[in-house]
Amino acid sequence: MEFFTDFFVGPIMEMVKAPEFLAEVAIAGLMSGVMYSLVGLGFVLIFKASGIFNFAQGIMVLFAALNFVGLMDSGVHPIIAFVATLVIMTLLAMAIEKLVLRHLVNQSQLILFMSTIGIAFFLEGFGELIWGGNVRPLHVGIPDDVIFIANGSILIQEADLFAGVTAAFLVTILALGFRYTAVGRALRAVADDHQAALSVGIPLNHIWIIVWAVAGFVALVAGIMWGTKLGVQFSISIVALKALPVLILGGFTSIPGAIIGGLIIGMGEKIAEVYWGALFGGAIEEWFAYIVALIFLLFRPQGLFGDKIIDRV
Amino acid sequence: MLYREAGDFKTSYAKDQALIPIRQDRTMLYICIAIALVLPFVASDYFLGSIAIPVLIMVIAAIGLNLLLGFCGQISLGSGAFMAAGAYMAYKFATAFPWMPMPVSIILAGIATALIGLAFGLPAVRIKGFYLAVATLAAQFFLLWLFTHVPWFVNYSISGVPTPPPTTVLGVYVTGADAPNWAKYLFVLAFCAGLTWVAYNLVRSRIGRTWMAIRDMDIAAELIGIRPLWTKLTAFAISSFYCGIAGALWSFCFINTVEPTAFDINRSFQILFMVIIGGLGSILGSYFGAIFITLFPILLNSAPAWFGLDIPGNIITNLEFMIFGAMIVFFLIAEPNGLARLWQLGKEKLRLWPFPH
Repeated sequence: MEFFTDFFVGPIMEMVKAPEFLAEVAIAGLMSGVMYSLVGLGFVLIFKASGIFNFAQGIMVLFAALNFVGLMDSGVHPIIAFVATLVIMTLLAMAIEKLVLRHLVNQSQLILFMSTIGIAFFLEGFGELIWGGNVRPLHVGIPDDVIFIANGSILIQEADLFAGVTAAFLVTILALGFRYTAVGRALRAVADDHQAALSVGIPLNHIWIIVWAVAGFVALVAGIMWGTKLGVQFSISIVALKALPVLILGGFTSIPGAIIGGLIIGMGEKIAEVYWGALFGGAIEEWFAYIVALIFLLFRPQGLFGDKIIDRV
Repeated sequence: MLYREAGDFKTSYAKDQALIPIRQDRTMLYICIAIALVLPFVASDYFLGSIAIPVLIMVIAAIGLNLLLGFCGQISLGSGAFMAAGAYMAYKFATAFPWMPMPVSIILAGIATALIGLAFGLPAVRIKGFYLAVATLAAQFFLLWLFTHVPWFVNYSISGVPTPPPTTVLGVYVTGADAPNWAKYLFVLAFCAGLTWVAYNLVRSRIGRTWMAIRDMDIAAELIGIRPLWTKLTAFAISSFYCGIAGALWSFCFINTVEPTAFDINRSFQILFMVIIGGLGSILGSYFGAIFITLFPILLNSAPAWFGLDIPGNIITNLEFMIFGAMIVFFLIAEPNGLARLWQLGKEKLRLWPFPH
């Protein structure tokens, strides 16, 4: 009985008593949700265009950030470093297409999925071999102060705000690009039906390279945001794994789903940790997202916004 | 000409249904068993304790995942967590019932892990492929959190990483710090051999055949009267049983502590790699995969020294990651049936040799 009071009544009472604190927790959660969304976005792009579940997306975030910070540390101007990293990510996309995906056409999704696990391991070793495994701080001039709103009762990190705005900007650009450019139309055509797209003359291989390169670009942006917040380090790729439950929640084929799923997971796990964490002995952030995903899988496997037709048994 | 089935007549149904019908294969098996039994008398303590024991334990885990992934087609990224479940359950059984023989505790731990596996296998009823991968990731993170945050699992030990109690089999210590390596080796070997025998028979029995039917085409399997729910859940349960026993042995006979870090997500990937590189859907492949994945880092660490090179450890670790990743991709593209298929090809060659056709 005491447990039920602690579980249902206590946290709600705390929330009602200090709404500013609740808002602060929620906003902090939303901001870490933006990070999950950015990683999830990369997943969705590749999944939509090629039906490949890219396990390596999290490592691509780390790899892009490592390249960026490595170039910057050797004295390259941030903008040049940014462009150079974009070139590297494009080359990576071409290499993956040429060396891996081309040979696995028509294989089952499970095989493709496992091959991206292989790519993930390779990139992890490769990135750290070149740039070393130390935690590298990243400063690219993203504002780093805190601001107070609502009469100084709610504290917000400026960097978080910046990340949120950037993410919104990025999503808008991507959405517009998908809708109005020729490449965007080709991408949507490939996402709908590979064979039909091929028959009207859309080169599948090019599209795959483009989509992996765009995913690399998204990974770079996510990596810069995350690197500013946590420093560029290996644990980024573990946190990036949380993008998987985000996708289950939002649906694998929906870009808005990835964004909203990320925000919900980010906010949910922060609130759960702060208000219910102590009840379970702490650190429930580690698995909260996964258990939410598990429940979703049982009752609504296509997620909130995903296509209805998924491979159900 | 070296390897041949000709002239090996089967004169009874029993012989026809034998587990290994070809005489040369049987001889080979007997030789392997003989080597395995002689090993503790001739091999060094280091070899037994640091190479043979972990390899044999990982073989059990790899067979477990292979039954699920290779035979039933259900992916799991939570094998490490199921190993952890086995380790903690074995610890609970061994401390709660000290009078119980150790093998019984380990098997009970396996059964408990099978029940946990059932719970996390339930989503498989509705989803498959990488959706399932995410569901099993939930098991990985949740179970490890559970074992580190609920003190009951470690008997309220203050450090949180208890040492397994010493136990004896036939008057010889097989677990704990006092156990000699040869005893632990034989103990693990007995489990490994027994479970291999069970697995070989499982996959050619009714239950194994239903697994393969579900793997190859679930709708067709359902049409001929195989229940997908039952089939997938048995695969999860039996796979978790194997992983649980492997985890218990890993804690009790190898690292000698019950700690969560030994069973993190990298362990799950390691087991997955063993299955892919060894060969999906081959019990023998699990042996090859486990031996290869366990020995390769050791080889990589000591190889530069043979050539007089001095490469720092972290570079070796990164190289290891790169080579494993590249090999996964290579095997998936070039030889999805892994080392086991290479072994089979080798036998084909021996059958013809020295003739070209």
